Amino acid sequence: MPAADHRLTTLEMARFVADGYLRFDALVPDELNVRVIEELRSLESVKLRQAVGVPPEGPGLAHPESLTPLSACYPAPSVIGEYLRLPQVHGIITSLVGADPLFDHDFVHRLPAGSEYKQHLHVDAVIDSNAPSFDVQLFYYPTEVRAGGTRMVPGTHLRRTRAEGVSRYQHLLGEQQFSGPAGTLMVFHQGLWHAGQPNPGDTDRWLYKIRLNPRVPQVRLWNTDDFDQVHNDARDHTFAHRRNDSVAEVLRTMQPWQQGHESRYEQMQRARLWRYLTGDPDFDVDYYHTRIEGRARANAGVA
Amino acid sequence: MLRQQVLYLWLAEGALDTPTLGWAFHDGTAGAGPGLPDGEPPYRTGQAALEDGWCMLQSPPPYPLQAGAEHETSYLPNEFVFERRVELDPA
Repeated sequence: MPAADHRLTTLEMARFVADGYLRFDALVPDELNVRVIEELRSLESVKLRQAVGVPPEGPGLAHPESLTPLSACYPAPSVIGEYLRLPQVHGIITSLVGADPLFDHDFVHRLPAGSEYKQHLHVDAVIDSNAPSFDVQLFYYPTEVRAGGTRMVPGTHLRRTRAEGVSRYQHLLGEQQFSGPAGTLMVFHQGLWHAGQPNPGDTDRWLYKIRLNPRVPQVRLWNTDDFDQVHNDARDHTFAHRRNDSVAEVLRTMQPWQQGHESRYEQMQRARLWRYLTGDPDFDVDYYHTRIEGRARANAGVA
Repeated sequence: MLRQQVLYLWLAEGALDTPTLGWAFHDGTAGAGPGLPDGEPPYRTGQAALEDGWCMLQSPPPYPLQAGAEHETSYLPNEFVFERRVELDPA
């Protein structure tokens, strides 16, 4: 598969677990960014008509149904398909949700120049179960965004909230608003808090979003060449002996809004997700899970 | 003519003098009354908001933890709500 040389590293995966997103500036070539706009315009038309129950004009653009394997979505000569099959894009997808995940849905978000449309902070879909597995949402910006792009709050993805329950947070320290070059890809954990923002620029702003569901365990799907060097065991503990080159060190790094003792619970949630991704049930960051589990084992008479 | 301004502060801990992490402002004067100080956050702590004349309406009470969910994270836990009443000229 083309992903083989473009999968994420262990430390990149750890950053995804900590922050809930990864950003790749100008990942998609300019010539593809230019060509994709026409197809996005067609897809936008189909989606908007569908949203209000109106059939497409003419045959419309063929677009996938939910539950379609990604490999069967947007076959050639689709430009959207070309983007999804770029080795550097496919490598990211493979690392997070496997080589051939299921298509959930996609959408074209085009905000005309000068639009003041603004969303509240929200989480997509509905509240998730507490299972650690996750979907990804790829946000692809085929044109340059100078101001007003997607607002998002790094590190919010593991907090279990209802979709609009987070709309009350007008401002959080460390929140970001996307701006960047054409061809930039942002990859979100499905739980990340985000919101569309006005477009104060003088050109339309385009965003193509696709959500993908894993259909394999998301265990060590990335390039694990650096795994043994950076994957720590439960002795990596700030209050005893602390490494500064390990996954734990990445997972300890908090966002500006994550101050105080609440950050310890964030660490526990991140450690729980890393356990799932690595298949290592003993992984920990700063011993929080380990001491509790140790007491439980002692009381159960298990060494 | 009396109008209410409401300020939400989300603080790092349950104590009013801990750092502000987030905020929201709802202005019943529609811009005719005073705004928030410049800066992000506008008040470094909840205590700083009190000292600027805000009156607290709500502080987050301690809550019993749900067995099995002691380590879950969800909404920001330390939500303090303040109000300021502003007298506007009816003209």
